[in-house]
Amino acid sequence: MKKQPIYGVIAEYDTADGVLNAAQRAYAEGYREMDAYTPFPVEGLAEAIGFHQTYVPLICLIGGLMGCAGGFFLQWWPNVIGYPLNIGGRPYNSWPQFIPITFELTVLLAGLATVFGMLALNGFPEPYHPVFNAKNFELASRDKFFLCIEARDAKFDSQKTREFLLSLNAHEVSEIEG
Amino acid sequence: MGADGLQNTPPVGPKVPVLAPGHTYATITDKISAIVLTQKTKRGWWGGLLVGLSLLGLLHIAIAYLLTIGTGIWGINIPVGWGFAIVNFVWWIGIGHAGTLISAFLLLMRQEWRQSINRFAEAMTLFAVACAGMFPLLHMGRPWVFYWMMPYPDTMGTWPQFRSPLVWDVFAVSTYGTISLLFWFVGLIPDLATLRDRTKNAVSRFIYGGLAMGWRGSAKHWHRYEMAYLLLAGLATPLVVSVHTVVSFDFTLGVIPGWHSTIFPPYFVAGAIYSGFAMVVTLAIPLRKFYGLEDFLTLHHLDNMAKILLATGLIVAYGYTMEIFMAFFSGPKTYDHYMILNRMTGPYAPMYWSLILCNIAIPLTTLWSAKIRQNVAALFVISLVIQVGMWLERFIIVVTSLHRDFMPSSWGMYYPTKWDWAVYTGTIGLFLTLFLLFIRFLPALSIFEMRGLAHELKEKQGEGKH
Repeated sequence: MKKQPIYGVIAEYDTADGVLNAAQRAYAEGYREMDAYTPFPVEGLAEAIGFHQTYVPLICLIGGLMGCAGGFFLQWWPNVIGYPLNIGGRPYNSWPQFIPITFELTVLLAGLATVFGMLALNGFPEPYHPVFNAKNFELASRDKFFLCIEARDAKFDSQKTREFLLSLNAHEVSEIEG
Repeated sequence: MGADGLQNTPPVGPKVPVLAPGHTYATITDKISAIVLTQKTKRGWWGGLLVGLSLLGLLHIAIAYLLTIGTGIWGINIPVGWGFAIVNFVWWIGIGHAGTLISAFLLLMRQEWRQSINRFAEAMTLFAVACAGMFPLLHMGRPWVFYWMMPYPDTMGTWPQFRSPLVWDVFAVSTYGTISLLFWFVGLIPDLATLRDRTKNAVSRFIYGGLAMGWRGSAKHWHRYEMAYLLLAGLATPLVVSVHTVVSFDFTLGVIPGWHSTIFPPYFVAGAIYSGFAMVVTLAIPLRKFYGLEDFLTLHHLDNMAKILLATGLIVAYGYTMEIFMAFFSGPKTYDHYMILNRMTGPYAPMYWSLILCNIAIPLTTLWSAKIRQNVAALFVISLVIQVGMWLERFIIVVTSLHRDFMPSSWGMYYPTKWDWAVYTGTIGLFLTLFLLFIRFLPALSIFEMRGLAHELKEKQGEGKH
């Protein structure tokens, strides 16, 4: 693999619409390996950079199903198999009374799966990332919007990509060291 | 601000904005993060912390004495085995419910006014649950064996009674505490990154940076983040209803007149929201005043919260009415009939009528007026009155239902001791301390959601012009 001297080229914008427009144009131009950095979630931006699918709902569902099945089993097993108590001939598997705990554990596991799944998919914790070296990047959590085209993109060319981004009304364009 | 807003606002018609005009992403960020990062710690904050820590000290003493001597230092007896511990447990956990409801339910309903109150309301939930959780543990008498309530394969092969609401409670409250913590922390991550980027201090950058875990506002991350946040909201909304329903099952599944009623679950949930929103108002009013957050926590928010107080208050009033109706409908010489008459005319009658005064008579007559809803001082007083009322409600439910047992030979009275009061006020100190530390070290308003709100409002304005 060819060693890349830089991570990518990053452009700075003042508005959400600016970065959204730039991302759409870059995608139309054929760039695929890019990411945008914004101080709040901008509607449609993930789609604009070609990121559509997220596995978070699936992880939530799996967590919920595990919580549901596990929660019911947790109560069913002791009452029916482990330590059955015959109280006036009442049924061992009195399932309506097992619902509250089953419900709580469904929510608990679904919630834990959602949060930890989201963090894991995002690759957190990740204390270092090259994009933090970008100029003014601390403003990405305040009021500036960034679009970064990464060097690993097939179409990436340090000079041409830079010129392309400049043509998209960028406030400022700079290179990020790898 | 309060007086101006009152004069400028007609009772009906165009409302005060949810965000004062003229704010940009930068001013929102700077103003909220300055409370944590650059503003000098206020003298009032230190005063509040002193009160909080003193009461917290009292809590420590009360718990130490309780663990040494036992629950005999409290006023509980037979027939009133559930005294302050359960009253305070239900009160605190009810207060917590508004936070979850604001952050989850109002998010699903796309209520934009939630953005500026959700963060501190969620923190309130978390601290209220911490206070609530303490009471059942202490009430057990031997809190060090609390793990007996958990299902684990013990040497005798026995299990918790899964058919008991008291065990459901363990699962409900611990799930609620965990999900509230997750929800709060997930909401904080982008703001922790903001603090990391804004602070000038290396130590705080390290701490905020560590907690932000490397958040950089990536569009891919936001995409998953928003999805996760939405899913959590969808999970938390039924959860919050289930938790107070399970709490009400603690009562309704017992065959005690005054407890054994099918109206309890909805009426408990409504009561929880009622007291919780009252607490949010109580916290919001000093917060916006002392930290100059009137631009973000506008009269619009207070007005909306007061309307929710009114709506939930009416549901609570319906609950009380139905209790009385069912008792009289059951006919004379029934236990329920006697129970209601005892509440109204028995030894605890002053508390019953104070409850009606605080929960029904005062708030449900005044909150209809837009002038009162938008009068900050009046609203603050009403919110405190409601909290007293909701505390009295739980006291009435617990104590009056128990103290007249089925047999007159088993009748008794319950009087709280100074140790009951010490634990109760001690938890208020714990709550105050945690809340003050929270507003000093973490952003009390959600910065990134406020930026998003500013963006949305600007877009809406733009559409209006075209």
